[in-house]
Amino acid sequence: MRRRLAITALTLAGAAPAVGAVLPEDRADLLYHRYDGGGVVVDGPSLLVRKAFFDKVSVAANYYVDMVSSASIDVETTASPYEEERTQYSLSADYLRGKIIYSAGFVNSSESDYEADTAFVSISQDMFGDLTTVSFTYKRGWNDVFRNVNGENDPTFQEQVETRSYAFGLTQVLTRSLVGSANFEVISDEGFLGSPYRSVRYVDPGTPNGFSFQSEVYPNTRQSNAASVRLKYFLPWWRAAVNGRYRYYDDTWGVTGHTAELTYTHPAFNRWIFEGSVRYYNQDAADFYSDLFPRRDFANFLARDKELSTFTSLTLGASVSYDFGIARLPWIQRGQLNLRYDLITIDYDDFRDARVDVDVPGTEPLYSLDANVVQAFVSIWF
Amino acid sequence: MKHPAALLLALGTLATLGGCGSVEPWVKPYEREILADPIMAFDRFPISTSYLDHVFEVREGARGAMGGAGGGCGCN
Repeated sequence: MRRRLAITALTLAGAAPAVGAVLPEDRADLLYHRYDGGGVVVDGPSLLVRKAFFDKVSVAANYYVDMVSSASIDVETTASPYEEERTQYSLSADYLRGKIIYSAGFVNSSESDYEADTAFVSISQDMFGDLTTVSFTYKRGWNDVFRNVNGENDPTFQEQVETRSYAFGLTQVLTRSLVGSANFEVISDEGFLGSPYRSVRYVDPGTPNGFSFQSEVYPNTRQSNAASVRLKYFLPWWRAAVNGRYRYYDDTWGVTGHTAELTYTHPAFNRWIFEGSVRYYNQDAADFYSDLFPRRDFANFLARDKELSTFTSLTLGASVSYDFGIARLPWIQRGQLNLRYDLITIDYDDFRDARVDVDVPGTEPLYSLDANVVQAFVSIWF
Repeated sequence: MKHPAALLLALGTLATLGGCGSVEPWVKPYEREILADPIMAFDRFPISTSYLDHVFEVREGARGAMGGAGGGCGCN
């Protein structure tokens, strides 16, 4: 199973303050990331540099690499473990004119069996005495999907996916110590939306284990709606901040999801900032998902992607930041060393571990996974 | 929803037109010291947030509305 990121334009959006039409700060971040869970290890670097020119234009560039070593349950059930590398380049620019920021950017993501290009334009405006910021973003993606067989591209397989996204954002200063935001995003996809590798399983009494596999079949279109609200509050008793967020999601495949997050940020000992977070996620399965179909070609659309199943996920995170300065390098205003750890647990309600031998198919134990996610990065402001 | 772009455009237009009115800011510029504290930024580390959003998006069916310029995924 392979899933990819074509773009996360958020990286290029910069660490803008909660409100106010100002360009993001000049900074550089170098990050090492590692995900280890469910038989999948993904690690690599990410470098993000942002620089302003003439107080009017801010340019950001990002270089990101995923080095993947996968022996996931999907791979072990129906395919062979694999290794691959994905490289992503991003470039964007923000132009400040009065109380409006115009932004545009482009991202290319490349790997042996998936090529993705994404472009976006965005506009944000301050109003009501700079207490309110409204933004709109349009994004378009063009993806080419290939299939590798024995490490080589299969010349008989090439598909496309086109993606469009419309995002509306509102950020509002509510009090001197409370700021809120709301976001709404519609994403539509058209093209080959399944995986050329993944299979579904169905009851087949003629086999020793009682089931067989066939290729999954997905619809060619998908449209999703997501809406989120967020509040950030500065505590009145000491210097600390609490952040809460909720997101509702649904799509035309029948998936509905709820995400809730709570984060506490606490500076201490002059140069240190500690942060703790908890994130809850729950979703219902897609209409055409099943762990075990009653027979071959049971329906027009067939999926056994566990990301489309019913499950609950809980993530506990902790991070620590240390501020530093370098006297010999006066062009560096300040620096920060950061370490973040997240533990993700996922319990699937209708995805079973088909690697386990049982007498009756569909009675295998439900699958679950724990993932350790580590980020170590250094940030400098100049 | 058949015309999401039209809806979003309408919302954006309404919000922009609202800016034509005179609204007295209830939090004055000199009262925003707390809001300017770095720990009050919605996203202190874009490079880290972007990465984590990617991790969740790969593992979950949901996507979008995460703020900033908006997330996205070319997952297959």
